[in-house]
Amino acid sequence: MAELVARAGKARTLLTTLVMLRRERPDLFDAATGIGLWVLFGAFLIFAVITDLQLVVVGIILGSIVALGAIGLTLVYGIMKFANFAHGDMMMCGAYLAFFAFISGGSIGPLSFGYGMILAILVAMISVGVGSVVIDRLVYHPLRQRGSGVVVFAIASLGLAITFRALILLWWGPQPQIYVTGIHPAWDLPFGVKIKPDQIFIIATTLFLIAAVYVLLFRTRIGKAMRAMSDNLELARVSGINPDQVIMWTWLIGGSLAAVAGVLLGIQSQLTPDMGFSLLLPLFAATILGGIGSPHGALTGAMVVSIAQQVSTSWIDPGYKVAVAFILLILMLAVRPRGLFGMKT
Amino acid sequence: MEGLIAYLISFAIFSAIWAIFALGLNVHWGYTGIFNFGVAGFFAVGAYTSAILTTEPAAGGTYQHYIAGYSLPFVVGLAAAALASGALAILIGIPTLRLREDYLAIATIGVAETLRRVAMNEDWLVNGTRGMIGIPAPLFDLVDPKDYNRLYLVIALVVLAIVYVAIERGIRSPWGRVLRAIREDETTAAASGKSVTAFRMQSFVFGAMIMGIGGAMYAHYIRAVSPDTFEPLFGTFIIWAMLIVGGSGNNKGAIVGAFVVWGIWTGTGEMAQRMPGFFEVRVHYFRLLFVGLLIVGALLLRPQGILPEERRVSLFVGRKEKAEAREAKPPGQSTVDPRDEDG
Amino acid sequence: MTMLEAREVVSGYGEVEILHGVSIKVEEEQIVTIIGPNGAGKSTLLKTVFGLLPCRRGRVLFGGEDVTGQSPQTMVRKGMCYVPQSENVFPTLTVQENLEMGAFIRRDNYRPKMEEVLALFPDVMERRHTRAGKLSGGQRQMLALARALMLEPRVLLLDEPSASLAPNMVELVFAKISDIRRSGVAIVMVEQNARESLKLSNRGYVLAMGENRLEGTGESLLDSEEVGRLYLGG
Repeated sequence: MAELVARAGKARTLLTTLVMLRRERPDLFDAATGIGLWVLFGAFLIFAVITDLQLVVVGIILGSIVALGAIGLTLVYGIMKFANFAHGDMMMCGAYLAFFAFISGGSIGPLSFGYGMILAILVAMISVGVGSVVIDRLVYHPLRQRGSGVVVFAIASLGLAITFRALILLWWGPQPQIYVTGIHPAWDLPFGVKIKPDQIFIIATTLFLIAAVYVLLFRTRIGKAMRAMSDNLELARVSGINPDQVIMWTWLIGGSLAAVAGVLLGIQSQLTPDMGFSLLLPLFAATILGGIGSPHGALTGAMVVSIAQQVSTSWIDPGYKVAVAFILLILMLAVRPRGLFGMKT
Repeated sequence: MEGLIAYLISFAIFSAIWAIFALGLNVHWGYTGIFNFGVAGFFAVGAYTSAILTTEPAAGGTYQHYIAGYSLPFVVGLAAAALASGALAILIGIPTLRLREDYLAIATIGVAETLRRVAMNEDWLVNGTRGMIGIPAPLFDLVDPKDYNRLYLVIALVVLAIVYVAIERGIRSPWGRVLRAIREDETTAAASGKSVTAFRMQSFVFGAMIMGIGGAMYAHYIRAVSPDTFEPLFGTFIIWAMLIVGGSGNNKGAIVGAFVVWGIWTGTGEMAQRMPGFFEVRVHYFRLLFVGLLIVGALLLRPQGILPEERRVSLFVGRKEKAEAREAKPPGQSTVDPRDEDG
Repeated sequence: MTMLEAREVVSGYGEVEILHGVSIKVEEEQIVTIIGPNGAGKSTLLKTVFGLLPCRRGRVLFGGEDVTGQSPQTMVRKGMCYVPQSENVFPTLTVQENLEMGAFIRRDNYRPKMEEVLALFPDVMERRHTRAGKLSGGQRQMLALARALMLEPRVLLLDEPSASLAPNMVELVFAKISDIRRSGVAIVMVEQNARESLKLSNRGYVLAMGENRLEGTGESLLDSEEVGRLYLGG
């Protein structure tokens, strides 16, 4: 008991020291939280790998899916400055559009699906990407013209999220759908890790797309303009960058990445109309953890959040996975709102 | 005729309860600019708090477990619902109210969803997914059970009226003027020596308490609550649709919005029953589609709502000018006060 | 020939009118400095000329052409570039990427121009692959100037280029501004640092309360008793 009191006392001193540090030396606090969080996440990862490697592997698979969604979300958030609450439902639309376009039959090597899936993914990417551009012209563009605040955009995105979900429900109904039925055995890897070929496909697709996004953002003119606009909209405008053009590309990229993320989620589990909305909190947690506007941040955040969610299931009810994402989000907002990679404000 | 009257009474009770929520949200968003996307969380806390305090002790066994069960009077339940919901607002507000406005929206969605998970998973707390039943109806013995809804309508309208008057007095007081100043421009309000975060917190708690009362009113009308009631779609977004359609920043607008949106919601249900099977099965999805389009459409076509904000330029006009000024400012100085123009 | 002219420009933010009819004139290859107390509307004038703020009344003429109310993008295409006072570089982009963004609208090969511009700012050139956010205040200001030069503008609008710089940096920045003028670019700058800026200016304008107060050559304003008393500290 006495030990407990002493420990609580120490914890309180630590907390007061931190609060003092934040007030007196914000620069030091910032550096300390930056390093501290990296150390914390690193230590957590090592711990997780030792305790349950299988959960970490599942975390990485889901993290890949969340990363694809979060990169699009962070680009939209950084460039248009508003929280797109429809991003999860854009993923869900992608999954269902691929379901619509998917011609089953055949299989590529050990995968559960054939080339029809590649085609379906492309159809989903193009339709969600182009669809996002069209919706921008119909909804967000008029709001921009009117000079609405960011919150109005966020509410509009929520209205769109509900609309998308309703449309999918009208067409397919609430019952789960699945791309390919049947039992797909997992491979046994060293250290007792089991992974299905489809899950390797998920990770590989994600790696490929993230590489493509990096080439786009760091090597092409429009990609650099996207980063520039995310940094400083006003300066981008006075430099002669056309915001409308950059916004169009942002939706195209963000929308198509969301579509792939949705399809991959469908491959990993199944398709339900609320699959996207239930990923919304992990998506935002990943985005804010990494720092809004930062693609590296979205990737790191997605992995941290997803691995933490999976590993947490060894102690707590899986029903609380959403709460794990939420608690990480709140902790980050309390300690370091700009995230791991975000800009100082 | 009898059936129609019963239907109308039930409709009016629901509308009055939604109107209480819409008024609470109006305190947050309409008057202070607090972006609360977690109405369902306050709804749940209010409903469950009143339920566990006013209901009889749990029977136990396989099917019934919940804490408390004190058979306390309805009024105590109502007050406790408001307090619990207000306390939740303080807990959420501390880390998030000083941050960007959209972070609060994300945080409140998270709180609402987390609370729903707690209600679902912790069987001992509020009976898990089975939900709670047997929540007492206030003054049930006073009238003939078949006329009881008329009495509850009166209770609901009285509560609505009290909430309405409380908010109106609040916003017309100096306190309310500060709130609006904060909504329009935090920097200026802060510069004039007001502690912005403290005022935002007060408003957040006030609105949350109203939502807690709304939750209790719902629980005592339905006499049963379960985690399904607090799905974000139903618990939060329909309230937003009501406020936006009615006119944010206007209490009468919030009430009108509640009646109109609920009227359309239930009306389409009635209509669908007379339609071919295709529609009848899918009526819920059509209504969902309708709520989504209503939010987007209202923002695009009539951002001021049915009843625009009174006595002052509309919320959105004010924001537009602010946004225009922001456009013109060097980046980074996002909050704009023409007086600090450095030239 | 008159490069840029503002005639009786009225502008402001929201319901607040800040400029009540201000006129300035900039000849080819001239440096024109605008000074005045805080709130006089100096920055507002630059923003209105550049199309960042709507011009409510009056005219803006650029190379004899009426460009009133044109967007910043049009201005940039016509050869007018603007450097904001603060946050005038893209912090997460490298120095070189910042310059590429300066040349965003150029469809031709801008590499030779980039080397030319970098040569003008040796400090910055050394760090061309560094992220701009890591540069010092003075280096950022140089980079901001360099970015604006990428389009080979005919007129450069500078909003307080010496603000919050160390004294030796101020000197350097002003030296670079003179160099830029010599390369054939007309410059309009708003400055707090009245003495230094008027020294290198061909013309100066004094604004007060959103109106023209005084104007003249750089030297004549430096010698003027009123300017001396109000802005040069005696």
